[in-house]
Amino acid sequence: MSVLTTPAGIATGAADALRRRPGADVAGSAFKWLLIGATVFATGFLAVLLAVMIVDGWEVLSGNLWHFLTHGFSQRSAAEAGVWQGILGSLQVALVTGLFAVPTGVATAIYLVEYAQGSRFARIVELNIRNLAGVPSIVYGLLGLAVFVQTIDGFTKGKTVIAGGMTLAAMVLPIVVITSVEALKAVPDSLREAAYGVGATKWEVLSRQVLPAALSTILTGTVLALARALGEAAPLILVGAATGFMSFGDANVLETFTGPYTALPVLIFNFARQPGADWGVNAAAASVIILVLVLAVNGLAIYLRNRFERQW
Amino acid sequence: MTPPMPQNTSDLSAADLRTSASRRAWSAGARWAFALAALVTVLVSALIIWTVASGAWTFISQVAWGNLTEIGWFPRRGLFDLSTLLVNSVQISVIAMLVAVPSGFGAAIYLSEYAHPKVRKVMKPTLELLASVPSVVLGVFAISFITPSILTNFFDDINFFNKLAAGIAVGLLVIPLIASIAEDALRAVPVALREASSGLGARKVTTSIRVVLPAAMSGLMAAIIVGFSRAIGETMVVTIASGGGDTSLFNLSLTESGGTITSAMAALGLGTDQVAGNNLAFQSLYFLGALLFAITLVLNMAGDVIVRRLQNKY
Amino acid sequence: MNPEKALMTDEPAAPDILAPSESPAHTRIDVSAVAAMAGQRADTETVFECGDINVYYGDFRALRDVTLNIAAHEVTAFIGPSGCGKTTFLRCFNRMNDLIEGARVDGAINYHGVNLYQDEVDPVEVRRRVGMVFQKPNPFPKSIYDNIAYGPRLAGVKRSALDDVVEGSLTRAALWDEVKDRLKMSAYGLSGGQQQRLCIARAIAVQPDVVLMDEPCSALDPIATGRIEELIAELKTEYTIIIVTHNMQQAARISDMTAFFSVQANEMGQRTGLLVEYAPTSLIFTNPDDPRTEAYITGRVG
Ligand SMILES: Nc1ncnc2c1ncn2[C@@H]1O[C@H](COP(=O)(O)OP(=O)(O)OP(=O)(O)O)[C@@H](O)[C@H]1O
Ligand SMILES: [Mg+2]
Repeated sequence: MSVLTTPAGIATGAADALRRRPGADVAGSAFKWLLIGATVFATGFLAVLLAVMIVDGWEVLSGNLWHFLTHGFSQRSAAEAGVWQGILGSLQVALVTGLFAVPTGVATAIYLVEYAQGSRFARIVELNIRNLAGVPSIVYGLLGLAVFVQTIDGFTKGKTVIAGGMTLAAMVLPIVVITSVEALKAVPDSLREAAYGVGATKWEVLSRQVLPAALSTILTGTVLALARALGEAAPLILVGAATGFMSFGDANVLETFTGPYTALPVLIFNFARQPGADWGVNAAAASVIILVLVLAVNGLAIYLRNRFERQW
Repeated sequence: MTPPMPQNTSDLSAADLRTSASRRAWSAGARWAFALAALVTVLVSALIIWTVASGAWTFISQVAWGNLTEIGWFPRRGLFDLSTLLVNSVQISVIAMLVAVPSGFGAAIYLSEYAHPKVRKVMKPTLELLASVPSVVLGVFAISFITPSILTNFFDDINFFNKLAAGIAVGLLVIPLIASIAEDALRAVPVALREASSGLGARKVTTSIRVVLPAAMSGLMAAIIVGFSRAIGETMVVTIASGGGDTSLFNLSLTESGGTITSAMAALGLGTDQVAGNNLAFQSLYFLGALLFAITLVLNMAGDVIVRRLQNKY
Repeated sequence: MNPEKALMTDEPAAPDILAPSESPAHTRIDVSAVAAMAGQRADTETVFECGDINVYYGDFRALRDVTLNIAAHEVTAFIGPSGCGKTTFLRCFNRMNDLIEGARVDGAINYHGVNLYQDEVDPVEVRRRVGMVFQKPNPFPKSIYDNIAYGPRLAGVKRSALDDVVEGSLTRAALWDEVKDRLKMSAYGLSGGQQQRLCIARAIAVQPDVVLMDEPCSALDPIATGRIEELIAELKTEYTIIIVTHNMQQAARISDMTAFFSVQANEMGQRTGLLVEYAPTSLIFTNPDDPRTEAYITGRVG
């Protein structure tokens, strides 16, 4: 018999030939389990990560959490140190980041999708955005140091929350633009045409129809971008967050934006650099806090997106 | 409802067909505001290039060229051997790829070819969540778990700070990125090709390996390139787990510590040199930044070109 | 007794479930009875016997109670309006519907007397014997040679024998002369008609028993269509062919038997496909039994 069953041979041998043979697909099952293993590894390490950090930071998390959350950094002893300044600093930086990145990013996306689609300038901007998205975060730190801290220090007052926030704004700008572009592209043209059809100007179409329709997706992208900024340390190190402590004493909250500052991920880095096991406990405990914070913000964004996901 | 119409069409003048001035002004103003924002994104790029290029130029024009190749990275002593840092960067990134590519691709193939839609619906957001794990946390994970709990079982004399743990942690960090690009590439392969293969009596494993993977090859290559670029640019994990020091000796051993381009930058940024101002050690920060920028730009553009070609293929 | 009902193998299976043709009659349709009912000549060998096939996509029933037989070495054409389930039914013959999430086939299809829809049957083995050509040419992004060699390689054909298989298949698909000088070049460089003939060559390279074709000419120009029709006429000496077509002249030209499907909407507005008439092609196009068939082929509906 030839390797390939001939048509004539099939009629008589059909029953046997079609039978599911045990072991015929061992390779297939092995492959599948390999893939499942890879998937479990790829996603499961988050659980391991959380567990390790909780165990390592348990001393602080179980007994000392309130003190840890409400006290500032201390050079003297690990037990005295807390992450309060880091949390506040991170939130302030995130606020500034949002103020700079969101309007710029969304406006850029609107320009790309609604005004200049396919034009030469739009292509340049798009290429530019894609390349910016791949620039390592520490390079943004250099930008912040040279431009925001040194060149325009009249505005930023040097190594301040404002400079840090602007630096991270530059970093997350591509994320905001890319998600906003997708959101706007998802709005069907029929909606625009309907609005034009009743005599609206372009601005009216945009502000009353297109933007409201795209808002939830844009919002999700913004939240994701801010979550990214919350976890980032490298650029902030270059623009001064590491050395800083918030200046307390003065009652005016606004002034803290132009004073020295620190951020939660930078604090973790500081804890991790200190010699001694008790600092390690602090690093782990602070890691748990930042993980919970970042995962919660991200989870919220993803939940919102799935919730408001619209079928056109 | 009838719209208000001129009684007599002969009364209609061009002015009647013009929108009111304020509405037109708003519309035109908005256009310029949006264009300005788009210009800002270009400005950011221009400023980055100007910053690293001018800083790097200051460094290059002052440094003694021999000091760029005399082995060892001791910026304050004027020794700026690039190979010391480059070797460590590449070693750590390769380890990262060895961790991230198999599991990232495995997860991508599972999600695109095997997983039930419900499973995929849960796993895709989970991968996104993973992508947001702050890198400092993975740095802490490397020194508090990967080295002491795992690597010490295999290497007796492993350094507390070592490239291997840093590489593994960076690998964990880039898994979601690689998995996500790879999954996009696999999903872009038309169902028709899978059906053609099944129709010829191929099993799923055969279809996946012989048809889907080759068809998605360029996208998978892009995933590796972009992942590598991300690994090269990763700073905090390496600074915490391998290259915390200001200086670095040349060594090839993976169980030893070693600074990378990025960790050297972080160290320079943290150091007191910054206060001292424009000395050469601090200027090397910009030089390294320029180098890193150039490397990642080339890698990302290559990845981008490949992805774009993929999009036009089917 | 209703002959098709015998096919519903509800009763506990005999030890040898994969009963070959000569095994107990209760697992099989009474071929001659069904054939007679369906207007089929009883003298030809039967390849497929379908009894009460229902196909569901999730809760949606796409096809209702289809019963027909397919004879060996004949061309059977499926015609009918869009959405009546022709593709769905065609994909039942090599269990391609298994690949669609949520698709479910009820009923039995006996292939040379073996019910394809029982647990013991390996769908992969079925597809080696029942090949398929799709509506849109779908060559692999590989060389012409590797496209043809893909199936034989799976079947374990030796490297030394591959060249002959490739040449033989391309020759039978009337493509050899056009591509013999560029076998190593990408299949994507071929024209649409050439790509479809390549897909046919690829399907017959594994020496299947049956070739299923889902509107193989719908993406082609008239000249390319003509070549494929000639090819089908030649192939039927070796293979059993089932073809879905929207083109009634085509069905009239190339097929021996024709099945006309139609759709019927239920109270809830769900449109379910059903078999209206199955008869020799010459009869269907000259003297159809069912008024719905007549309406369709004379162009009054559909
Ligand atoms: N994968 C699927 N999931 C859900 N429903 C499907 C799927 N494929 C087909 N259907 C539905 O089943 C019915 C029959 O579809 P089928 O493709 O078999 O029709 P057809 O006769 O081949 O039509 P055409 O002539 O347009 O190719 C249609 O109502 C279709 O919407
Ligand atoms: Mg169809």
